[in-house]
Amino acid sequence: MNYNSHKPLTYNPSLTRNIWNKALTIISALFAIISVLPLILVISYVLIKGGSYINFDTLILEPEPPGDDLLSAGGIGPAITGTFIMASIASIISIPVGVGGGIYLAEYSKSGKFAKFIRFGSNVLAGVPSIIAGVFIYAIIVSTKILFGSMFSGIAGGISLSILMLPTIIKTTDEALKLVPNDMRRAAFGVGASKFTMITNITLPAAFSSISTGVLLALARAAGETAPLIFTALFSRYYITSFDDLFYEMGSLSVLIYNFALEPYEAQNQLAWAASFILVVVLLTLNILSRWIGSLGAFSKNKV
Amino acid sequence: MDKATTSKFLLRRRPTSDKLVDIGFKNFVVAMASMVAVVLFSIFAVIYYESTESISRYGLRFLFSSAWNPVTDEYGAFTAIYGTLFTSIASLLIAIPLGVGTAIFITENIIPEYIRNTIGIMVELLAAIPSVVLGLWAVFIMEPFIRPFLNIIYEVFGFIPFFSTQPLGAGMMPAILILVVMILPIITSVSKDSLKQVPSKLRQAAYGIGASRWTTIFKVIIPAAISGITGGVLLALGRAMGETMAVTMIIGNSNNFSWSIFAPSYTISSMLANQFGEADGSQVSSLMYAALILMILTLLVNVFAQLIVKKLSLKYQ
Repeated sequence: MNYNSHKPLTYNPSLTRNIWNKALTIISALFAIISVLPLILVISYVLIKGGSYINFDTLILEPEPPGDDLLSAGGIGPAITGTFIMASIASIISIPVGVGGGIYLAEYSKSGKFAKFIRFGSNVLAGVPSIIAGVFIYAIIVSTKILFGSMFSGIAGGISLSILMLPTIIKTTDEALKLVPNDMRRAAFGVGASKFTMITNITLPAAFSSISTGVLLALARAAGETAPLIFTALFSRYYITSFDDLFYEMGSLSVLIYNFALEPYEAQNQLAWAASFILVVVLLTLNILSRWIGSLGAFSKNKV
Repeated sequence: MDKATTSKFLLRRRPTSDKLVDIGFKNFVVAMASMVAVVLFSIFAVIYYESTESISRYGLRFLFSSAWNPVTDEYGAFTAIYGTLFTSIASLLIAIPLGVGTAIFITENIIPEYIRNTIGIMVELLAAIPSVVLGLWAVFIMEPFIRPFLNIIYEVFGFIPFFSTQPLGAGMMPAILILVVMILPIITSVSKDSLKQVPSKLRQAAYGIGASRWTTIFKVIIPAAISGITGGVLLALGRAMGETMAVTMIIGNSNNFSWSIFAPSYTISSMLANQFGEADGSQVSSLMYAALILMILTLLVNVFAQLIVKKLSLKYQ
């Protein structure tokens, strides 16, 4: 071979490989721009179009039935409280189950057969389509009237949302606890702590910020879900006034958007945009908040 | 140390109450962990039980018939199954190059890191937007915007069966596009994570023997990360098959089978969302049968995805 070839060593932009390199770089940049575009478009439409319909009345009034009044569709007040109530019910159910399950996986059986199966199961559960959760709750709670004879209810809606929150919470708890250094566990046992004391006083507090990140993400997902609610909680135009109202149909922001977007009336459509404004602002805030809390956790881990 | 403290340390045995709390807590967390299995199995059992009537009446014929007639009690889910598979696979074909391309762009050092991180966060925030809001946007903004372009395609390529009906609003094509928006964040973030896991030694070795950036990406980085990317793609496929709200709002909800992607169609999940509320009798059972099919499809895809992702994590750790 001739090592004295006279090819210049300087960068030559007209070489085929360099042209290809440039072209592919530009294409990948284009793809990145296309991927970001939907977010910018959706957010700006929701914020501008939805934000323009937001006023005090919209936030507190009850929605009017479609077609009654062509100029005003009332407000989204009951839907806001309904979403809040059902998300709370879902959290009350799924946080103990999810955190408890995560504790079992990380602290009691790291690589046992049962733990492997549960990890696999929670991944599978995470992949179950949300509408299936609705169908399931419809079959076991709504159609059997098992909840004191009530059919469609806010509680049934909350339970179906909790099925969607569960896998995320289990997974993040499991992973957060695994990141806690084993030295801390040994130190706790060394001073005579029982396993219960060790978990509740040492490892859970150390993993607290990561776990709350997971809980907030799960909550954000549940609050935006519609499919599990359309035949479990249905929809209601009224505020709840007493505890008993939990056992009746309950409105939510997401179902309000779904119902009113498909109405032929302008006023109802505007209400749907206003509801998406509230929903998107709340969900993005929850997401950004959870990222921020997660980053705090990384800091406290360094301190440990 | 005073005497009382010393005597405390002499007590080697834990009080019974302590032990009870300890054992009780362990049983509690075991029970909580078992809930996952209980919920998963009961979802299957309940949906199977509710659909037995239809399964015994129609058998496999249900999968290949597109009749849906509550009056004569004749049901078949072919249109919905075809719609589910077609929309999800078509959206995947569009989303894979976009998502993987974006992931490459934000893992390479082409532009400063803070811009790349911002792009990464923005794509992930897209996943935070609820599907019903995306549906609202698709109905009022996206679909009117793309209709003229679809009309041009219809006029030029109308002789091809896939483009043979005039786009008049809701239909399969807008549903595919909104699905692309929904699964893009999954493909991007999973691909990004697996591309980042590729050891930098591999890249340096490729650069060292004179490979250009994109030769390295295509011949070294992507092959090394391919199992993670495939896992992410399969997760996205599962999500696309189960996606309900946005699709229901934009697909047109028609059980008439058509080859054209501009015609209104159905997916299993949109059929459930549309009809479940008002269904009774054997229609409920048929819808449950469709739900069972959807459940099995997503389950297969998800289990497969998990097996592939597991392979990756064994590779570079």
